[in-house]
Amino acid sequence: MLQLVLALPLAACIIAGLFGRYIGHRGAMAVTCTCVSIAAILSAVLFYQAGFQGKTMQVGVLDWLGVAGFASGWSLRLDSLTSVMLVVVTWVSAIVHIYSIGYMSHDPHRTRFFTYLSLFTFMMLALVTANDFLQLFFGWEGVGLASYLLIGFWFKKPAANSAAIKAFVVNRVGDLGLVLAIAAIFATFGSIQYDAVFSLAPTVTEQSFSFFGANVRTLDAICLLLFLGAMGKSAQFFLHTWLPDAMEGPTPVSALIHAATMVTAGVFLVARAAPLFEFSPLSSQVIVLIGAVTAFFAASVALVQNDIKRVVAYSTCSQLGYMFVAMGAGAYEAGMFHLFTHAFFKALLFLGAGSVIHALSDEQDLRKMGGLVKHLPYTYLAMLAGTLSLTGAPFTAGYYSKDAIIEATYVAGGLFNGSVTLVLILAAAFTSFYSWRLFFLAFHGKARTAPAVIEKIHESPNVMLLPLAILVIGALAAGGLFYDEFISKARTDFWGITLFNAESPLNDIHHVPSWVIYAPLVALAVGLVVAALFYLFWPKIPARIAQANTRLYNFLLNKWYIDEIYDALFVKPAMRLGALFWKQGDGAVIDGLGPDGVSKRVLDVTRAAVRLQTGHFYHYAFAMLVGVCIFTSWFLFTKGS
Amino acid sequence: MSVYLLSLITFLPLAGAAVIAMAKGDPEVVAKNARYAALWTSSVTLLLAIFMWIQFDSNAVGFQFVEDVAWLSGTIRYQMGVDGISAPFVLLTASLMPLCVLASWQAIQKRVKEYMVAFLVLETLLIGVFCAQDLVVFYLFFEGGLIPMFFIIGIWGGARRIYATFKFFLYTFLGSVLMLVAIIAIYWVAGTTSIPDLLRFDFPPQMQPWLWLAFFAAFMVKLPMWPAHTWLPDAHVEAPTAGSVILAGVLLKLGGYGFLRFSLPMFPLASEMFTVPVFVLSIIAILYTSLVALAQKDIKKLIAYSSVAHMGYVTIGIFCANAQGIQGAVFQMLSHGWISAALFLCVGVLYDRTHSREIATYGGIVQRMPVFAFALMVFSLANVGLPGTSGFIGEILPIVGAFEQYSWVAALAATGMILSAAYMLFLYRRVIFGTVSNEALKDIMDVTPREIAILLPLLAATILFGIYPAPVLDAVAVTADQILIRYQEGLALGGATPY
Repeated sequence: MLQLVLALPLAACIIAGLFGRYIGHRGAMAVTCTCVSIAAILSAVLFYQAGFQGKTMQVGVLDWLGVAGFASGWSLRLDSLTSVMLVVVTWVSAIVHIYSIGYMSHDPHRTRFFTYLSLFTFMMLALVTANDFLQLFFGWEGVGLASYLLIGFWFKKPAANSAAIKAFVVNRVGDLGLVLAIAAIFATFGSIQYDAVFSLAPTVTEQSFSFFGANVRTLDAICLLLFLGAMGKSAQFFLHTWLPDAMEGPTPVSALIHAATMVTAGVFLVARAAPLFEFSPLSSQVIVLIGAVTAFFAASVALVQNDIKRVVAYSTCSQLGYMFVAMGAGAYEAGMFHLFTHAFFKALLFLGAGSVIHALSDEQDLRKMGGLVKHLPYTYLAMLAGTLSLTGAPFTAGYYSKDAIIEATYVAGGLFNGSVTLVLILAAAFTSFYSWRLFFLAFHGKARTAPAVIEKIHESPNVMLLPLAILVIGALAAGGLFYDEFISKARTDFWGITLFNAESPLNDIHHVPSWVIYAPLVALAVGLVVAALFYLFWPKIPARIAQANTRLYNFLLNKWYIDEIYDALFVKPAMRLGALFWKQGDGAVIDGLGPDGVSKRVLDVTRAAVRLQTGHFYHYAFAMLVGVCIFTSWFLFTKGS
Repeated sequence: MSVYLLSLITFLPLAGAAVIAMAKGDPEVVAKNARYAALWTSSVTLLLAIFMWIQFDSNAVGFQFVEDVAWLSGTIRYQMGVDGISAPFVLLTASLMPLCVLASWQAIQKRVKEYMVAFLVLETLLIGVFCAQDLVVFYLFFEGGLIPMFFIIGIWGGARRIYATFKFFLYTFLGSVLMLVAIIAIYWVAGTTSIPDLLRFDFPPQMQPWLWLAFFAAFMVKLPMWPAHTWLPDAHVEAPTAGSVILAGVLLKLGGYGFLRFSLPMFPLASEMFTVPVFVLSIIAILYTSLVALAQKDIKKLIAYSSVAHMGYVTIGIFCANAQGIQGAVFQMLSHGWISAALFLCVGVLYDRTHSREIATYGGIVQRMPVFAFALMVFSLANVGLPGTSGFIGEILPIVGAFEQYSWVAALAATGMILSAAYMLFLYRRVIFGTVSNEALKDIMDVTPREIAILLPLLAATILFGIYPAPVLDAVAVTADQILIRYQEGLALGGATPY
């Protein structure tokens, strides 16, 4: 069954890709949607088997490569961690496939779109079912490729092309870390198989190696390198710049790849390698730090963005930060739980935003929306559910998972964690504000949409609303439904041995002070009230505040100027160095001293030789002497040895 | 039959060339016949090479299909044979040649007869290099390859062909002369030029560095390593498409092959001594030429610089002297053999239609040439080293091989992954994506069946060996181990501590 889950999307991709022109748009859509939907149903069965019946398996399909112990196979692994990812990936993917039938109905390249979607689904499944690190890397780069193709799907848009390249190249910075981590894992453990590596981890805690002269603890190096990979894929601070730009792709892509699945691969990687991270307190601290910074940074930027998709994108970035904080704090279960619930409510928000954009003839600017509730009642309800869940309203999915992270962080304590809890609560208040801001700006207040657009406005077709309905259920109920299994009573049975931690902070989650329990709710309320005041009752206030604090406003609007800094620090110097090496290095120095120089010198020498041949005998004699000397020394040298 | 199989594979193209050279009469008819004769000759050679590959025993130690005939004065013998590091290259050369003939089918219209003769002679010489088991025979083939290549660029090349051939000749000749001196010295010391014998000979430690350096000069230029690489972009830019294919696909690999055949097993002490300098040069090659590639405005030049960067992984793999490194280096050479060949063929497809290599003259091609865009996408990603393509295996193995002892080398080399993604995708975007702004591209046609026939085998190799590289790696494994054993023995003998 596991093989089938992978084979179906692959088959769909190949059929739609190679035979798309014969089976037509309808055929391609039918094939891809059917295959991925079946895979989703099978995944649900596997989720039940692995999570609730404790079934695990490893299926070998084919050897990939094996060179003196460095061996990797095409083999599939099923355990509860994989099964959670399987469900998330296939369900969101199936929902997005079906939604796209409606969303992309006017696009002449639909077949290509569905091919890429299925390719992505296959690669993502390959990533989560991998049984060793190299195979994981195959899926890892594969989803990067699919992401590149889908961001640049509208290849005539220069912005889309730039965003696609940026996504791939920035991800490669992270991949560099992952490649080196794989090399380091092999050098340390002599294997890259999960089971072998994880079982040996406790034996190498004292090892260290020399890197550029510095003595580095091996496990710290491995874990930090792995986390560098995770930072790229999951758009954590420093490597986050590609994610907002990736919104240039079609909105279903943003929902599937850049919210629910691919960007969570980094979180999955840390969870998978938990047996290594547990022995590296240093990297755990780094993860908490980066995660908290990301959660705060992205939430702060989302406060002022005007593009509906960018707000949701920064929100994703911020929520991923929450997940990493949980990972660093050792509450892997809570992080995975948030990954699970986030997939539903964030996909819902994106698809809802897509429904709005679709209705408004591709308008994405929040300033040109408003009062849409009367035109898009069903989309309104869907967005409401998504917003409630994201902001952590009681008993929605987000409420359970986010609170668990905040409480677990508090329990874990440690160097940064006391303040980290506060940062997370502050970020939660931001989250509440920007979510409700988006909601009020789009659906309430005065209509600011151009009359020509209003005329064509229409609620989305059922093929788009039905997927939203399924996600609404997930966003509201997934938390309460699986709370026990993921992070509470039944969690040891559910996770089995896959999420290794010596002592989980979740054990003491119920003994935190009451302010930690109520703070997220207060944050939600504050954000909601302020957003309501600003955007429902006194809509002139936000502009006045922005005017009064131009510097701060621009700082946030321009995303802390990180893109500009990187451009000045990396992109421009790389281009300049390239030109310099080419013109000066190759041209002036190497060729100048080499062939070009030699040819000029030859000319000089000939001219000189002409002058020499005036009959000065001693010149010839001297030349001969030099020659004889060289040959004699060569003789002596070789004879001597 | 298998007794003379290697000679047959080697000299069949030469025979074909002789036949073509004798053709006389109406120029049109001669040209047509020359094309077909070249295609047939190279195809039959390929069949023989495939036969050889099937017969080749991956588990056997030492050389196979050995031929040994007394030649000059009895000491210099005509010896042929292949092992795990040469057999794949024979097959690679034989496979690329029919594609080259096909790629030149319409692109070459002047002096077709001479062109085909030059290519077939080149095939003989290149296959000969990999089969030769005597240093002198090796040298003759190695040097001889210069001559047809010289003519191919010099006669059928672009506007600045004279400058390019001059540079090409100057560099390679200078390198080879030093190697010739070293060969003479080896004959003096060891009293034989038979490679199998020399592989058992222990060279005096004081002599090894000098011999190593002399060989290094020749191979460094061929590979090419920084800073001896500047002949390559010029040669590529001026060469006709098929010339670039052979240059990048096979000629560059002579350098890496030489390191494996001679430097490592014959001069182990020197190899160990020069390991770090070689690494430094390799890393410079990867970073420097990748950055230069980023700044290129000419498609061919960009791919040429990218070749230099990719060869950096080869030298790193070879000199980290372990199984992953060496097998990875051989795999990278082969994989780069078909990927770079395919990339140059793709440039040829565009050039044949528009006669421009300027990146700026393209854009929006995907709307007119979707099949071509797909093929170029696959090859570009393979060049970037995406897992699932053969390019990945060739990059990850040297990095893994280097990490254990030289983690700093692995770390710096791996940054090439970022840069290669940047320059390839940047190139792809400017050529393929966007809107068609150039009038000349408005009615450009997609690939013809002939062009599909050229690109499809390379595409298949890229994907198949990316997913299942075992056939190549298994063939290389035993010989790689032999080289390593020799290397370790040599180190132990010289008093160095083998690790």
